[in-house]
Amino acid sequence: MSCNQDEFLICTIASLLESSRHVAVGMASPVPGSAALLVREETKGQIDRLRLSMIGGDANNPFTDGGRELFDCSGQGRIDTFFLGGVQIDGKANINLIGTGDYPNMDHRFPGSFGSAYMYFVVPRVILFRPEHSKRVFVPEVDYISAPGTSEEGVYRPGGPYALVTELCLMMFNRERKRFRLTSVHPGHSVEEVRDNTGFEFDLPEDVPETSGPTDGRLDLLRSRISPEIAKTYPEFVARVFETAV
Amino acid sequence: MALFTSLDDLAERVADQSLIVLPPDYSNVPVAAVFALIRRGVKDLHLLFAPIGGIAGDLLIGAGCVKTIEAAAITMGEAGLAPRFTEAIQTNAINIKDSTCPAIHTALQASEKGVPFMPLRGLIGSDVLINRSDWQVIADPFDSNGGPIVLLPAIQPDMALIHAPLADREGNVWIGKRRELVTMAHASKTTFVTVEKIQDENLLEDDLTAAGTLPEMYVGAIAEMKQGCWPLGLAGHYPPDTDVIAEYVEQAATQAGFESWLKANGVMR
Repeated sequence: MSCNQDEFLICTIASLLESSRHVAVGMASPVPGSAALLVREETKGQIDRLRLSMIGGDANNPFTDGGRELFDCSGQGRIDTFFLGGVQIDGKANINLIGTGDYPNMDHRFPGSFGSAYMYFVVPRVILFRPEHSKRVFVPEVDYISAPGTSEEGVYRPGGPYALVTELCLMMFNRERKRFRLTSVHPGHSVEEVRDNTGFEFDLPEDVPETSGPTDGRLDLLRSRISPEIAKTYPEFVARVFETAV
Repeated sequence: MALFTSLDDLAERVADQSLIVLPPDYSNVPVAAVFALIRRGVKDLHLLFAPIGGIAGDLLIGAGCVKTIEAAAITMGEAGLAPRFTEAIQTNAINIKDSTCPAIHTALQASEKGVPFMPLRGLIGSDVLINRSDWQVIADPFDSNGGPIVLLPAIQPDMALIHAPLADREGNVWIGKRRELVTMAHASKTTFVTVEKIQDENLLEDDLTAAGTLPEMYVGAIAEMKQGCWPLGLAGHYPPDTDVIAEYVEQAATQAGFESWLKANGVMR
């Protein structure tokens, strides 16, 4: 069964969530949200089922104690997986959500750091999701550190970067080496293309496998059962991504 | 008992240079009251968002009402970047205190408890921390987990400004599960509220409504204002007017476009 890019990325992220127990999804994150809804459905009724808290709207949002509850939960270790992005990301997994140029009167100012300067420290698995794979995004060094990828010894840091998912590839982050390692390249793309569009050095195996596409069963579940659930939070996303799928 | 008054009178009672805390776009933003503040020509506000701002902040910046803004982000969400905010930052027209969501919640919680500061995890090694001379890093005095920790001074706003679906004649205000509004109100010296509706039954007399009610003791003034969040939405009542928001983002790309948007939408006569 063929699939479009968003469906492919949803399923790539889903494959990273299979041992997660409680995934939180931030604002304006339809692809990560879809992946988490998919795995929640697949693990429904199991003892090690996935719990999901989406703060992008009222649907699938269990919080009743205001905006702080997500952060309080995360600080206690109740949430094991979260997603962040970045205007820029560098090879040490430092992320910049605030803009480019010299702070504070930046050349290109974006909204701000959101909860990243905290969530990146306390959530064990932070998946960086940034579809645009270019040297504009993946830079040698970020202009502003909204949240650092690694911390000095002695700094409380149960959390941090786990994986990076882009339109070209999947990388995993090695916290000891403080470097990304290319894990697989998506079908139709090459290692050279990844290297040419990445502004930092990264590790890679001798033979880089192709990222596995979704199984027919998973894709079918996504289109039939999950898309109406996603639509409760992201109706425009569902109309755009799944109209070609049925 | 809270003062029941008109929207314009409520705006008159907001002093220049006030530190005002406003909710994020998904949570009962009093946009009609923001329009009234713009008409009144309030000056030199210090705006705090709990923790993310949107159109309310952009409107007040565009109208020249803001001196300092503190937030974890200012965004128009799906509609794009906040145009008047972005230009004001790039031209150094306002002071910015960039923060992170839990730092704002925590500083308000400190005020809520009446303590001078509270610690927060994270932040160490970020440029968010480096650019905040008002925050401190100390060694954990209890040595419970070792390592340094950030201390945030309490923030006590002069006023929380919120919208709500319902109030009663005593001035109790029903906010449902939007508990960040409660934290904002507890932390602030007073709270001004616009409401869709005022009812005769006391909200505190029924446990079902009492649990979601901000008691009158925190509330300074209330003005009835239907569609008080427009063009933002009020959950369970009306959705955001996404066409108007998109039109705002487009027109407010220039100061002249911003001013004609205010006129076309009846904010300025």
